[in-house]
Amino acid sequence: MKKIYTNATEALDGLLHDGMFIAAGGFGLCGIPELLLDAIKDAGTKNLTFASNNAGVDDFGIGILLQTKQVKKMISSYVGENAEFMRQYLSGELELEFNPQGTLAERMRAGGAGIPGFYTKTGVGTVIAEGKDHRDFNGETYIMEEGMIADLAIIKAWKADATGNLVFRKTARNFNAPAATCGKVCVVEVEEIVPVGSLDPDTIHLPGIYVHRIIQGTHEKRIEQRTTRPAA
Amino acid sequence: MWDRNQMAARAAQELQDGWYVNLGIGIPTLVSNYIPEGIEVTLQSENGMLGMGPFPVEGDEDADLINAGKQTITELPQTSYFDSAQSFAMIRGGKIAMAILGAMEVAENGDLANWMIPGKLVKGMGGAMDLVAGVGRVVVVMDHTNKHGVSKLLKDCTLPLTGKAVVDRIITNLGVLDVVKGGLKIIETADGVTEAELRAATEATIVD
Repeated sequence: MKKIYTNATEALDGLLHDGMFIAAGGFGLCGIPELLLDAIKDAGTKNLTFASNNAGVDDFGIGILLQTKQVKKMISSYVGENAEFMRQYLSGELELEFNPQGTLAERMRAGGAGIPGFYTKTGVGTVIAEGKDHRDFNGETYIMEEGMIADLAIIKAWKADATGNLVFRKTARNFNAPAATCGKVCVVEVEEIVPVGSLDPDTIHLPGIYVHRIIQGTHEKRIEQRTTRPAA
Repeated sequence: MWDRNQMAARAAQELQDGWYVNLGIGIPTLVSNYIPEGIEVTLQSENGMLGMGPFPVEGDEDADLINAGKQTITELPQTSYFDSAQSFAMIRGGKIAMAILGAMEVAENGDLANWMIPGKLVKGMGGAMDLVAGVGRVVVVMDHTNKHGVSKLLKDCTLPLTGKAVVDRIITNLGVLDVVKGGLKIIETADGVTEAELRAATEATIVD
């Protein structure tokens, strides 16, 4: 069992094809798989559908794949930070499916957990509910949302061991854990690969069963909005 | 009439000791500056954190530590982190006592519109639809009228909804109103605002 690869291009070898569906972790620019996104750009894979909470900014994150017109469709909850995204969307070059943020996370979690659909109150009475199955439970109306299974999940974690056990850091965990579970194959990029046995088994956030390929690399970790308070 | 900070201070009076609360972007974020003495509340950030602290001092910014508005923040001694599925499980599961959020329109039956204007740039609903459907109590903080002086408290929303019959209380620059059977009920008026002025600025039905 070899899960560690030397770089992002090698880790994605044989996994990419035009028209595929990729689930990506990250919230805004926090915890995004920046090295794997770069490698997908270099690979030139086209007509991609991405399930990702956001679409990056123009020159970072999924935004770099919009510049090269490799993305056909986004499934996201919020896409406000990206001018090129808006241009392509308004001109009809890019499809967009809005999912409420919690519905998107649960679609990933459910897909990875073998649950093809679930009922939620989120979106009842809104455009999100149009065309979806409605059902009452205990006097309240819910809509059915479908679990999501992606051809590939690309995620970012803080530390991994060689078996793929992962530890995330602070709010960079976000969509990385649910996205990982919904991929038929999951590739993770980490800041540090540590020896097997050095992670406390009680503190592992995502067990290695969900992780198939691992790379270690140097991350830019760009900050989207740097907010500070005066020093006391 | 209340300014932004006075509206936030009034909204902070809604908080109860021990509550877990989610604050939206804009005026709701200011609420954290006015949490009453002796009241302990834990702020949830839906990107995966309970126990949100203030902005960091310069030099302490951490790219791995942001709030739902993508701003750098800090952690507190009681902070916990979790993934997005867990975050919305606690929201959908009713564990968050209250959400305070902004709005474009609120209808007299509690319908809320705050995520899109047809024909204009649509950025997405983010976590707003999940929050209003899931939390125990929804409090809206917004200006009473738009920049053209038109009431944002309506008989029916004209914009696409974020949630149907979800709002419990509305705090505006003119006062506080509750969504009750048949319409909105005036709870209080802002400093220097008469009830007649508040009524005149409101399209929604006001019930006594």
